[in-house]
Amino acid sequence: MGIFDVMGPIMIGPSSSHTAGAAKLGRMARLLFQREIEEVDIYFHGSFADTYQGHGTDRAVIGGLLGYLPDDVRIRNSLENAEELGLKFKFHTVNLRNVHPNTLMIELKSKDNSLSVTGSSVGGGSIVITRIDNTKVRMIGQLPTLWILHKDRPGEVGIITSVLGNYRLNIAYMQVLRNKKGDQGSCIIELDHKPNKYLINYLENMDDIKQVRYLPPL
Amino acid sequence: MEYNSIQELLELALAEETTIAEIVLKVEAEESELSEADVKARMLENLKVMQKSIKAGREKKIESAGGLVGEEAAKMSDYIAGRPGLLYLQAVTDALAVAEVNAGMGKIVAGPTAGSSGIVPAVVVATGEQLGKSDEEMMMSLFTASGLGYVVSRKATLAGAAGGCQAECGVGSAMAAGAAVELHGGTPEMVVHAFALALKNLLGLVCDPVAGLVEVPCVKRNGFSASHGLTAAAMALAGIKSVIPPDEVVLAMTEIGDALPASLKETSKGGLAVTPTGEKIACRLRK
Ligand code: SF4
Repeated sequence: MGIFDVMGPIMIGPSSSHTAGAAKLGRMARLLFQREIEEVDIYFHGSFADTYQGHGTDRAVIGGLLGYLPDDVRIRNSLENAEELGLKFKFHTVNLRNVHPNTLMIELKSKDNSLSVTGSSVGGGSIVITRIDNTKVRMIGQLPTLWILHKDRPGEVGIITSVLGNYRLNIAYMQVLRNKKGDQGSCIIELDHKPNKYLINYLENMDDIKQVRYLPPL
Repeated sequence: MEYNSIQELLELALAEETTIAEIVLKVEAEESELSEADVKARMLENLKVMQKSIKAGREKKIESAGGLVGEEAAKMSDYIAGRPGLLYLQAVTDALAVAEVNAGMGKIVAGPTAGSSGIVPAVVVATGEQLGKSDEEMMMSLFTASGLGYVVSRKATLAGAAGGCQAECGVGSAMAAGAAVELHGGTPEMVVHAFALALKNLLGLVCDPVAGLVEVPCVKRNGFSASHGLTAAAMALAGIKSVIPPDEVVLAMTEIGDALPASLKETSKGGLAVTPTGEKIACRLRK
């Protein structure tokens, strides 16, 4: 925390956890999906479920999904803007088990793809993404982050990290995840510096890499 | 250079024979590896957003998401129109204005939090305008406020959910008091005593928002806390000292915050939130 976390951030009210944090969660989901969103279902849990209208949490999430930052005044009119753009959205309340009181789940659909992202707003506008589809993750969006889907085979992660090394990128934090042995693996890499587009291109074109998503710091 | 307590902040200012604002600026520039000019530019952006939010809140009726607030600043604005020159009334009006803009999904600076975002801008802008200060000078006083709040964020909390409203409006008022002293040209000692005096008197303030919304009591509480900060600043400028030193007041705040039951820390399970009217409003909004 620095002084601009105390005198700041500049944001759209009324609540850093219920509005600014929600906008960040929506934006993260958009960046993870990186496809044209046709339809989205948003499930509010806990305190979000109780007060999402009064805090504009609904408008904030949709705003984030449209790519707005937490200080973008368009958040106020995000529902109308989404309708105009033809984005179909629906809000639901759910009871997710064992999660932070301010948690929401976003299900995104495009023509031939879908993705589910779960995350919590943990106070002061800070967020954490806890689940992508069925995989438990931990992403806080404060550092430049890469989410890479790859073939789960020996040495794959080493190859990825050495590519990053070649581009002189220092890894701050890394998680390696997989669903089943030998199936698809994924890793989340938080970097000290922003990667350039050449690196992302390079990774995307590697044989065993299926997908690369870059999430700039929020 | 670094500071981990209000006392250290004060000692640095005394040793360097400068203001608290300058110390806070210097340390931030060092920490973030930015030039002082860049750090100042960022703070100036905060001031600009504050000024705009004051204007926006005064000018038009705000529609808050929950519909419980929205006319307060306009009413005060009309009332004070015939009573110019009253600093307190201007600050109260401006604090209401910003808090309403916040409730109505407008743009604000969350300092120290979104719920308490009206206090610092109101006190700084009203005091600055009254004294004929430039934007640069008002911006510098925001560093004073930030440094004081920063220490609280490190040693205690700025979240109503963790410490009650004393941690939001209480600290906001104390930060504002320090900034006001700085604008008046008070000594660094006066700054920290203004901070202590303001915070001391809001210790124990609970967080009990009706229907869980940042509207009742939050909006009006911003107005009260602004006048509270001005009172503390005036006392400190008069040479009144807080018998309990600032860092110990922060300590007391933490202890009180821990002792507060969860029902009075933003859960809306106690206090004003569970009054018959509070419950009725919550029931209506849930539908
Ligand atoms: S009552 Fe609670 S929500 Fe309202 S301003 Fe105070 S701490 Fe924030």
